[in-house]
Amino acid sequence: MAKKLVGQNIAPPDLVAKITGRARFAEDFRADGMVFAKLLPSPMPHARVRRVDASRALAMEGVVGVLTADEVPQRELPAEPCLTHEPLYQGEPILAVAAVDETTAAAAIEAIDIDLEPLPFVLDPLDSLRPGGPDALLQGNVRVDRELRSIKWTERDFAAEAEGRLPMGEPTVAWSLGDVEAGFADAEVVIEKTMVHPSLTHHPLEPRSCMAYWQNGKLHLFGSTQSTQRTQLALARALDLEPEDVVFVGAYCGGGFGSKIAGSTIMQVPALLSRKIGRPVMLRITRTEETYIGRARPGFQAWARIGYRKDGRVTALDLYIVQDNGCYGSQGDYNTAAMIASLSYQPLSMRFRGISVYTNTPPRSAQRAPGGAQITTLLEPLMDEAARRLQMDSVALRKVNAPDAHGTVGPERRSLTSAYVREALDRGAEVFGWEDKRRLSGRREGTRVTGVGVALSSFVGGSAGFDGLVIIGTDGKLRVHQGIGNLGTHSFADTARVAADILGVPWKDTEIVWGDTSRGLPYSSVQAGSQTTHAHTRANHAAGMDARRKLQEIAARDLGGAPGDYVVAGGRVYRRGAPGRGMTLARAARRAVELGGTYDGHEVPDNLHASTVRAARMLAGRGLMGVARDTYPHEGSTFSFVAGFARIELDVETGMVEVKEYTAVTDCGIVVHPRSLAAQLHGGAVQGMGMARSQHWVIDPHWGVPLALRLYSARPPGILDVPLEMKWGAVGLPDPQTPVGAKGIGEPPIGAGAAVITSAVADALGGKYLARTPLSPDIILQELEGRGSPYGPLDTHV
Amino acid sequence: MDGNDIVSLLERHVPRRTFIKGVIAAGASVSSVGYLFRNPPGLLAMGTPRGGVGRLLTLHVNGRRRRVDVLPQETLAMTLRYKLGLTGTKLGCDRAECGSCTVLVDGTPLYACSLLTHQVRGRSVLTIEGLQDPDTGALHPVQEAVLEGGGFQCAFCAPGFIMSMVAMLEESPRPTRAEAAHALSGNLCRCGDYDKILDCAMRAAEKGFAGGL
Repeated sequence: MAKKLVGQNIAPPDLVAKITGRARFAEDFRADGMVFAKLLPSPMPHARVRRVDASRALAMEGVVGVLTADEVPQRELPAEPCLTHEPLYQGEPILAVAAVDETTAAAAIEAIDIDLEPLPFVLDPLDSLRPGGPDALLQGNVRVDRELRSIKWTERDFAAEAEGRLPMGEPTVAWSLGDVEAGFADAEVVIEKTMVHPSLTHHPLEPRSCMAYWQNGKLHLFGSTQSTQRTQLALARALDLEPEDVVFVGAYCGGGFGSKIAGSTIMQVPALLSRKIGRPVMLRITRTEETYIGRARPGFQAWARIGYRKDGRVTALDLYIVQDNGCYGSQGDYNTAAMIASLSYQPLSMRFRGISVYTNTPPRSAQRAPGGAQITTLLEPLMDEAARRLQMDSVALRKVNAPDAHGTVGPERRSLTSAYVREALDRGAEVFGWEDKRRLSGRREGTRVTGVGVALSSFVGGSAGFDGLVIIGTDGKLRVHQGIGNLGTHSFADTARVAADILGVPWKDTEIVWGDTSRGLPYSSVQAGSQTTHAHTRANHAAGMDARRKLQEIAARDLGGAPGDYVVAGGRVYRRGAPGRGMTLARAARRAVELGGTYDGHEVPDNLHASTVRAARMLAGRGLMGVARDTYPHEGSTFSFVAGFARIELDVETGMVEVKEYTAVTDCGIVVHPRSLAAQLHGGAVQGMGMARSQHWVIDPHWGVPLALRLYSARPPGILDVPLEMKWGAVGLPDPQTPVGAKGIGEPPIGAGAAVITSAVADALGGKYLARTPLSPDIILQELEGRGSPYGPLDTHV
Repeated sequence: MDGNDIVSLLERHVPRRTFIKGVIAAGASVSSVGYLFRNPPGLLAMGTPRGGVGRLLTLHVNGRRRRVDVLPQETLAMTLRYKLGLTGTKLGCDRAECGSCTVLVDGTPLYACSLLTHQVRGRSVLTIEGLQDPDTGALHPVQEAVLEGGGFQCAFCAPGFIMSMVAMLEESPRPTRAEAAHALSGNLCRCGDYDKILDCAMRAAEKGFAGGL
């Protein structure tokens, strides 16, 4: 039997295009008569547009048209419009101008006469909660039961602030599990900390540029998205179109990290501008604009009190999170953070309180492990502190608390599909050489002090219930239609292997159809939340099994016997034990087309999503179609885990941190593509290291103007900021609740990469946890020089 | 043409403020007026030549002579992407921060977003599209190494990184891993795939790649 494709290193089929420059990203498309659009960004963090006069701009030679907020769908807050009359952050697009070239469009933007009425604004969630503090939205500062409300805490609530402790007034979310008071009573050691995690921009390398035109009443949009098929639906919904009237093309995505889950709001601008002026419109987004509109991770001001038994077991965990929600939407990070804390540490009792406050700062969205990464970064050093005080090993303390198959998550104590965390910690400790390396802790050579860190990061690892669609063509080739996106994880190709394995088709005869909704794409998960590997190995398994059943039926019909007598392998379907009695897949596909009905997609199961039905209708008659919804059983919640280990050197003269080595070992079930898994483990960790060390926002407190607008000021890690070599491993045990046994792994790596830094820096500082990120050299240096923190314990956007 | 010529040319045709304004407004990529469509011919979106008059230049790109109308303030990245149809050179930041637009000018890796097209007159420009063998279509050894190593995730940075790798190996065919990291430090990978990128660079070096531009 041929070696299974699942588990092998196979480069994705788009790699040649990517390395020869032929891969077309959104800004690489051209259309006849294409014009360029530019956006007018709000100069104020909160304002009302009183008057716009575009006549001077429109009179300029080369200017083709203008699109204002009156001409785009306006939505009820906190939903975000693509252009607005009431900008809620500095940089928010107010209108767009189209011109024959970008210079002219930019000049036309300057010629727009605009009158703005400044409105009260607020940048720090706590300032909005203060008695008499401003609300970011005219309608309030929090959202409760789907309504915007204004919540102010009392002076008494804020009394804690003077002691450097998080004020904890009335929350909007609260839950508990077990008896928290009893938990603390049982504790040998109790640790309490107020902590700050910044907001930070995603900064995918490809800005969200997009191009649009209309043809025969259909919108054709070329954009950058994490999830192709779902972006078609999102665009249709946003623009009040039928999904079949939207052709979305996005075969490549230059990074999203949660900021382009189903495309982006700004895509509406070229779409509507193009419809208005009757010409294709390219909206090129610059890096500065990307910082404004490109989404960011919500910041936390948090407080935790954790009780530990003598053996290191967490008896009680009390957590309060004030989340900076930004100006639109309802970010779930703080809720997820509490879930992840309940999962990673399996506390015997826990209380969570939280509030998410609107601010006049750029919009937030999920960013790789939303909530999970922040809380892991903040809480992991507390585990080390407890270990120190209990004179325990840090890895041992984590193992005492780690979830296993009987672990639960959240206040409802939901069950897990699988968890091999202790295995991951053991394996990681072995690969990293923890026993030896921990002895280096605090060693000083010249000006450099060694710190070692370990971190456990958990995050969701999969969903279920989506559709798969494969076609065995009359040429004998297998075409796997993938509605998921291609954002660099390779899962658009890797999850297709499952169908090829079931149908015994070699990889060279397997084609992936992706990236263009006009090619017929089934209903898919959004490529976010680490869902894809799990969701689409399942969906492609279902479609592959459906195709195999049809092959067996056709063979039995033509060659006699029962379908169960037939085997599908080696490009043929044949009678078990009699390879001569069979037919090629090409021949079976031709028979499927002759037979029609369910065999070639003219009839489809009635549990499919409407998008899949549309795709099947489009593709019917091209060969033997396998199309099915994933109805495999799935009980419990699926999570993946990463144990990270790092050794750093902290220069006590400069405050600089150098990461000398990093190891990550994961439990993500069966490994589908080892090399891509390594890239997720390492790449995610690198992002986490940037988050913990250098990436941040700086906002001018007086004018509300974001200042860290560019890559050099927001500082994602470069190649010299990370270890020269990184190691990895995987437990590799299958998740029993999914047919292939594979779980998602996009998100857990980032928290591990960030938390090993917060842990190792605290270790290098002799156990002093600075309780904020990023741990930039100035903060470390001030601490080393005994000058305390340059910032207040709750300061944000600094 | 040297730097002074550029300045004088700019000053003749574009008031300094207009140039700076244009750069700021358009994020350093002042686009062209004569935006040329690759096909079909005759569909020229001719607009107002704001900020200067185009001049017909002969550029040497990927071993070919290309005649192209270029504005004084036009960046090489915009000429390549919007006039010569060479969209493999990516714009990630518009301003010399990310390296996605790295091209080789006379063998030196430079950011095409931060070069004026007029500066490369008479010099040889190599972009990602020019790496393959023009006769056989065979991949360049560096591309081969990247393909074998499964390099890159989203790969928006890939063309820039690959150009930097080629330049590095031209100059130093057997770098250490640390030297390779230094040579590639002008390129940013937001997916953080540096470990694999370095693996690919070292694999390319092992192939004994030397010369062949």
